[in-house]
Amino acid sequence: MASSVLSLASATPSASLSFHGIHKGKSNLGGINKEKTNTFIKAKSFGRTSMVVASIVSRFEGITMAPPDPILGVSEAFKADNHELKLNLGVGAYRTEELQPYVLDVVKKADKLLLEKGENREYLPIEGLAAFNKVTAELLFGADNPVIKQQRVATVQGLSGTGSLRLAAALIERYFRGAKVLISSPTWGNHKNIFNDARVPWSEYRYYDPKTVGLDFEGMIADIKAAPKGSFILLHGCAHNPTGIDPTPEQWEIIADVIQEKNHVPFFDIAYQGFASGSLDADAASVRMFVARGMEVIAAQSYSKNLGLYAERIGAINVVCSSPEAAARVKSQLKRIARPMYSNPPVHGARIVADIVGDSTLFNEWNAEMEMMAGRIKNVRHKLFDSLSSKDKSGKDWSFVLKQIGMFSFTGLNKAQCDNMTNKWHVYMTKDGRISLAGLSLAKCEYLADAIIDSYHNVS
Amino acid sequence: MIISRFLRRGISTASTCATRRSWWDHVTPAPKDPIIAVTEAFLADPFPYKINLGVGAYRDDEGKPVVLQCVREAEGKIAASNFLESTSTAVSSKFVEESAKLIYGQDSNVIKERRFAGIPALSGTGACRLFAEFQKRFYPESRIYLPDPTWSNHRNIWRDVHVPDRTFRYYHPDSKSLNFVALMDDIKNAPDGSFFLLHPCAHNPTGVDPTNEQWREISSLFKAKNHFPFFDVAYQGFASGDVERDARAIRIFLEDGHSIGCAQSFAKNMGLYGHRVGCLSVLCNDKIQAMAIKGQLQQISNTMYGSPPIHGISLASKILSDPDIKAIWLKEVKVMATRIHRMRAILREALERLGSPLNWQHITNQVGMFCFSGLNRAEVYLLAKEFHIYMTPDGRISMAGVTTKNVDYLANSIHEVTTCDQDAKILHNTDAYRINTDIRFTSLGASKSRARGMNLSL
Repeated sequence: MASSVLSLASATPSASLSFHGIHKGKSNLGGINKEKTNTFIKAKSFGRTSMVVASIVSRFEGITMAPPDPILGVSEAFKADNHELKLNLGVGAYRTEELQPYVLDVVKKADKLLLEKGENREYLPIEGLAAFNKVTAELLFGADNPVIKQQRVATVQGLSGTGSLRLAAALIERYFRGAKVLISSPTWGNHKNIFNDARVPWSEYRYYDPKTVGLDFEGMIADIKAAPKGSFILLHGCAHNPTGIDPTPEQWEIIADVIQEKNHVPFFDIAYQGFASGSLDADAASVRMFVARGMEVIAAQSYSKNLGLYAERIGAINVVCSSPEAAARVKSQLKRIARPMYSNPPVHGARIVADIVGDSTLFNEWNAEMEMMAGRIKNVRHKLFDSLSSKDKSGKDWSFVLKQIGMFSFTGLNKAQCDNMTNKWHVYMTKDGRISLAGLSLAKCEYLADAIIDSYHNVS
Repeated sequence: MIISRFLRRGISTASTCATRRSWWDHVTPAPKDPIIAVTEAFLADPFPYKINLGVGAYRDDEGKPVVLQCVREAEGKIAASNFLESTSTAVSSKFVEESAKLIYGQDSNVIKERRFAGIPALSGTGACRLFAEFQKRFYPESRIYLPDPTWSNHRNIWRDVHVPDRTFRYYHPDSKSLNFVALMDDIKNAPDGSFFLLHPCAHNPTGVDPTNEQWREISSLFKAKNHFPFFDVAYQGFASGDVERDARAIRIFLEDGHSIGCAQSFAKNMGLYGHRVGCLSVLCNDKIQAMAIKGQLQQISNTMYGSPPIHGISLASKILSDPDIKAIWLKEVKVMATRIHRMRAILREALERLGSPLNWQHITNQVGMFCFSGLNRAEVYLLAKEFHIYMTPDGRISMAGVTTKNVDYLANSIHEVTTCDQDAKILHNTDAYRINTDIRFTSLGASKSRARGMNLSL
């Protein structure tokens, strides 16, 4: 939090002197353009004298703009571009082949049924909708999993993946003060922000190997081994974001070995169950394997992508404990954390998920749509790979496009090369070289291949 | 091979997991939230004529939750186009604008000059939490002054962001009204530039509100002390039945030039409880500052839940911006508030008719959903145990849970616990509660002559 204390001293107008005298600011907010700040104050001081009669000066004088979100910034730049061939491969939101947003048919159905039922909108309990909590745990661990039968899972509905991660982070901060969370390098940009704001220290484990555009498995294992005992290891259950690189089943076993050896806690973020392979069960294999070993596991789920419920904010935090009694205590503490955050979670998304997963017809329909969406992405990967391989005569191995899985792909392009993608080719992506395949159509694969080949070979 | 290794591991550890130490051994069970504990106790009670006066959720005269007509209309107009990714910024912006107009005034300069930073929040709780985080971030050494008493979750919110709280005197237990002199004293004695949380109408839990005159004095004193007023607006429309009237306190502060902060909830006045619809706004000098603050608030919300759930926001936005639907809403708010006024009057009459020696004026003096009954913990306990009537231990009654059908039973029960001897056991024969239109309360012995012949129309 030290990075966000504002500087008040220079912004002091006459009306608030006494107040500012008490609350002296310390350092500048990170990333402030000094010049900008001065201009702001100058402008204010002219208006100040005539304003002081009409209004009391805001005590938030010196607050500057927060830095723009890098991912959303891409979409904004894309919107501003008028080029006809422009391509948005920024945000990881699923698009159809026509590059339109997609509302799942099964969701439309479920929503209509809900509307017809006309149920009341009373408060949910703090832990969320019971029917949802039941199905979400079963979806992740398997309905017949002993941990569910033995009631050893504390499940609390959360606000999508973000909200669920935040609950877990708060639990870690409260009960494992000083324990670190290890996050992959790279990882989803918001992970470190969540842990920072929850005051949980974090460090990185090696993950992406730019030389192979694949997994730096030895580095990953070494770093997990080197972490202090009892660290929380944040793992992506499937379809790693942003690289698209997942460990193989054999590698997962070794990761589990090391985590057990060092008495770490595995902490899964599962945002793409179903989206990686098209199979909900297959995509849960890594989590289930850890649980089957008898390990206590934390797992955050999101239905933003696989049910397209981005805007409804529906997810869950699960803590698999060694006893039902521990699970009950943990659940009570998760509730205690949630109550002063938002009291109880939103009902709409929870009802949709519960109705879809709980009804076999709707569930099967969902599986089919899931396969379709994941299938489209697999097809696009193939087309892109084919285009790259046939157009690029240098002999570079582009097979990583096929090996990577899920919505995202790490192209291996550096910042300058990414800039070229945008400036010359009007292809919008994040500066770390990540492209969202969900935003790519078969029709545009060849164009993209040209852009990538040009950027890779002609820009350094 | 790998499979056999997997099996070995699976078997060996599974057999020992029951006795193994857990990571979570040191995690103690959390205390139950006092308000929610009431509902849980109520739900667990099998008594058919139990009454829940715990949570402040509106009920109609049948004791049923209500989905407002305006909400149904709005829902019909909203297509499934809401299910797009979380950058549903257009809907959010519209919602924030409409919410700001509702509380600051349709034609307020604040709106015209865009001098407010607003973002949607997870109902009132979420709005307060965002502000608390914001306060901690930019005034890390500050405190929050809370009225005594206040909604129990307020303390939890500021405590979880590590902002210490202080109380200022508010409620006078003897008169069951506002302790204005002490209130002003405490405001004066707080260090200059302190952060205060105020309930602009329908104070929770007491139902005791300052008059307009008193608000003007409070506002002047706040100006002199350069205090920051943060308003928790959970009941706009519920106090008087009129949303403009209920915003009076805030308008007074605005006239005086304060740059306030405001948490709005649409849980009660639109019946959107489970959708978590709220708005946090902070008034600024100008729109540049407003954008800066908005960005900071968004950053705070990004790490807590990303973006707000769109469904409720869409509904509220539609209701506020569509003139026909808004007109329906305003009528429905009046209906809800009126029903509560009526229940207050009936309850008070019933207690007075029973010949209660106690003064029950506060039932009709107090405003909004809650009545601070003045019942003590022992009486509250008895009401639950013997009469299956549930309320929070501080004696707060949610008037929304009172109906024409249960008000007599409620009055009788309150009367019983406040006038019966401590030694006398309250006997009560549940066979008496047959499903009949004309049910008599059993006679509780010679001394309980007033109870005989009590009609419970259930």
